Amino acid sequence: MRQPKSAFDWRRVTESRLFFPIVALALVLLFDLIFVRGFFAIEAREGNLYGNVIDILRSGSTVILLALGMTLVIATGGVDLSVGAVMAIAASIAALMMNPYVMAKELPENLQKLVGDPNFTYAPLWAVLMVTLIVSAFCGLWNGLLVAYGKIQPMVGTLILMIAGRGIAQLITNGIRIQIFYEPYAFIGNGWVILPFPLYIVILVFTLLWLFTRKTSIGLFIESVGVNARSSFFSGIDEKKIKLLAYTLCGLFAGMAGVLASANIKTSDANNIGWALELDAILAVVIGGTLMSGGRFSLLASVIGALVMQATTTSMYAIGVPANAVLAVKGVVVILVLLLYSEQARNLLRRIAVQQKEA
Amino acid sequence: MATSEKGIVRMKGIHISFPGVKALEDVDFTLKKGEIHALLGENGAGKSTLIKVLTGVEHQSKGTIEIDGKEISIKSPQHAQALGISTVYQEVNLCPNLTVAENIMIGRAPMKLGSIDWAATDDQANRLLKELDVHIDVTQTLGSYSVAIQQMAAIARALEISSARILILDEPTSSLTTHETEQLFSVMRKLRSEGMAIIFITHFLDQVYEIADRITVLRNGRLVGTYDTASMPRLELIAKMIGRTLTELDDMSKLKLESGKLIRGEALLKAKDLGQTGSIEPFDLELHAGEVVGLAGLLGSGRTEMAQLLFGVEKPDSGSITMDGATVESFSPLESIERGVALCPEDRKAAGILGDLTVRENIILALQASRGWIKYLSSSEQNEIADKYIKILNIVTPSSNQLVKNLSGGNQQKVILARWLATNPRLLIMDEPTRGIDVGTKAEIQKLVLSLAEEGKSCMFISSELEEVLRTSHRIVVLRNKEKVTEFSGEVAERKIMQLMAGSE
Repeated sequence: MRQPKSAFDWRRVTESRLFFPIVALALVLLFDLIFVRGFFAIEAREGNLYGNVIDILRSGSTVILLALGMTLVIATGGVDLSVGAVMAIAASIAALMMNPYVMAKELPENLQKLVGDPNFTYAPLWAVLMVTLIVSAFCGLWNGLLVAYGKIQPMVGTLILMIAGRGIAQLITNGIRIQIFYEPYAFIGNGWVILPFPLYIVILVFTLLWLFTRKTSIGLFIESVGVNARSSFFSGIDEKKIKLLAYTLCGLFAGMAGVLASANIKTSDANNIGWALELDAILAVVIGGTLMSGGRFSLLASVIGALVMQATTTSMYAIGVPANAVLAVKGVVVILVLLLYSEQARNLLRRIAVQQKEA
Repeated sequence: MATSEKGIVRMKGIHISFPGVKALEDVDFTLKKGEIHALLGENGAGKSTLIKVLTGVEHQSKGTIEIDGKEISIKSPQHAQALGISTVYQEVNLCPNLTVAENIMIGRAPMKLGSIDWAATDDQANRLLKELDVHIDVTQTLGSYSVAIQQMAAIARALEISSARILILDEPTSSLTTHETEQLFSVMRKLRSEGMAIIFITHFLDQVYEIADRITVLRNGRLVGTYDTASMPRLELIAKMIGRTLTELDDMSKLKLESGKLIRGEALLKAKDLGQTGSIEPFDLELHAGEVVGLAGLLGSGRTEMAQLLFGVEKPDSGSITMDGATVESFSPLESIERGVALCPEDRKAAGILGDLTVRENIILALQASRGWIKYLSSSEQNEIADKYIKILNIVTPSSNQLVKNLSGGNQQKVILARWLATNPRLLIMDEPTRGIDVGTKAEIQKLVLSLAEEGKSCMFISSELEEVLRTSHRIVVLRNKEKVTEFSGEVAERKIMQLMAGSE
């Protein structure tokens, strides 16, 4: 008994995974349209595009990367609280590799000149990125080992690195905030090629991850482990390896986010980089409709969820809400979004859909 | 028996439909005071749905419900409880990591000074279980007891609602031993004499004839009729339930005889001294291509443990498995699948289905796992495989994109069978594949087992119903107290096997 195909099937639209995240994003943007004059204005300078919307995409790229990894972890039925701390570790490693001389108490004159030179880096950029990302992936692997093989509850297991991670980041740089002068690295976070450079990274990572999960059976395996790990094991899926993979990728993406964040503010600030961002990432995934208990996931929906979080922040700044109050407003937005997702709201929509059909 | 002719529940013209399926169509149902009323039908006949309407889980789109002559709209499970309707569901739905007492008394625990009075809670739970003739430590976690005990706890919980006038038992006996079933029946009789109206859903016809006063039969969401048990011959009842006669069962014994000729001498799998401390004593076993081996034993006799060792869910700590002449070195489900071994697990809900995935995904899962992550089946291949098995196994679903949790129990079981058939196994181990399944589907599955053997597959068949094991198996292995007792081939008397199972020779 298939539903008859009509030109516009309202029901199919509302039952789509992307429907609610898009509605949530639209509501935030609608708010901007009404209350913020010129919010949607886009300006072209020297061939590059600027404006609030562009800014949402640019600033949002960190949370999007985190949300992508978090989606995989949550889909397996876990959660990763350490991504913010892993960002700090990544930033510290990258900064140290580019400019280890700042650690020395006394520098010979010829080296002192190099500190602050926008063209100087101690290790080549490719090595900086590679080491940073490999260490980040190892951080994820560590979480995965604790959760999958150590059978520690994900929230507790990843809490260890969440707390220890910032300490490790401090140790790496000896507690110093290393300024980043090397321009090519900074470009990763704040460069523009018509559109902000981080956006290209996000698009590339998203596409690769989408291909990896949806054009292979990895996505199905992740979902099946999240729905019922024991049934998956009986069906021949190595649930432990799947979890290990999800956490490792999550760590890797957190490392990328750390690179973006440190390149953007041009410093390794172990205390502030990625602070509380794990919560934004988790909320982005929840807004994207993935259940915290695991199972079905949609990468695109999580990206939209991340944009909802970022659009809220940007909008609050645009209407002049003080930075301290932004967190409270975010909380209210999340509550509203979750109300929108409730069974009651869905039933209301279904009723409207039925009326539409009968009309 | 009935003190008044007026039913305490009168459901009229109930309609309800789910996405793509009409679950109930114009069903009437009357329940009288002080009767045990059996509700029968195949899987997907609408028994569970009718119960869900009565317990406020689902709401009918048409039709009326009267309770004590008053028309009532049952809004929620809480509302149903307030009306005195109490339910024990088919699958045990309790919290295994809480204590037995907590499970029984949850939400209704006696209070003292604003906090729960634990001593009184335990006492009350103890008293309730004693009424059921169950003597266990109620302060232990529920999960530490067998499924049967858990089931008794669920019944105790339902009885705890002191205002309960209507008790619904949805397949309460499917995991109980004979003795436990007897206990349950004596409790049911006692409740009946006190005026309780009991709806009893089961697939065991013996039990229906033993205890039910009246029978209502549903088929494909429609009412077939309501009958007095005394005036309903058994064969006629079966015919009404499945809508056809039982010549199929005769065909089966013929099939068994014929397929028996095809058993090959060389063993496909050889287990030598295989065992795991605490779960099963070392045993020897040979499985041949073309043969059905039945495991006979009571609940907890080591049937499941034997199956899980053979499939590699558990690792043995003694003995070895030889397959194709080579000793198996490492044990895991994945490696077993690659060797051509498959296991339909006993606990469908916990280890079988993946409720939030579609029928198609559930069917291809094991096959995909054995192909690895790169060689992903294209969506057209997936659909082809899913549609093939939906057709072969007669799975009732609107489409292969339906979520498995929306299917009835029997159809879920078929989906799991399909998952394993799709891997094209050489040895298929089925642990209670017919548990909680209606007569028609049971016969279908038994026949399937025999035809698989005829195709040259080796099958291992585990069931609590001895009659079923006898009917399908060429050879029978008897287990008792986590130990292989003996094995028989050819015709054996049911009595003898029962004595061996019970340990009273």
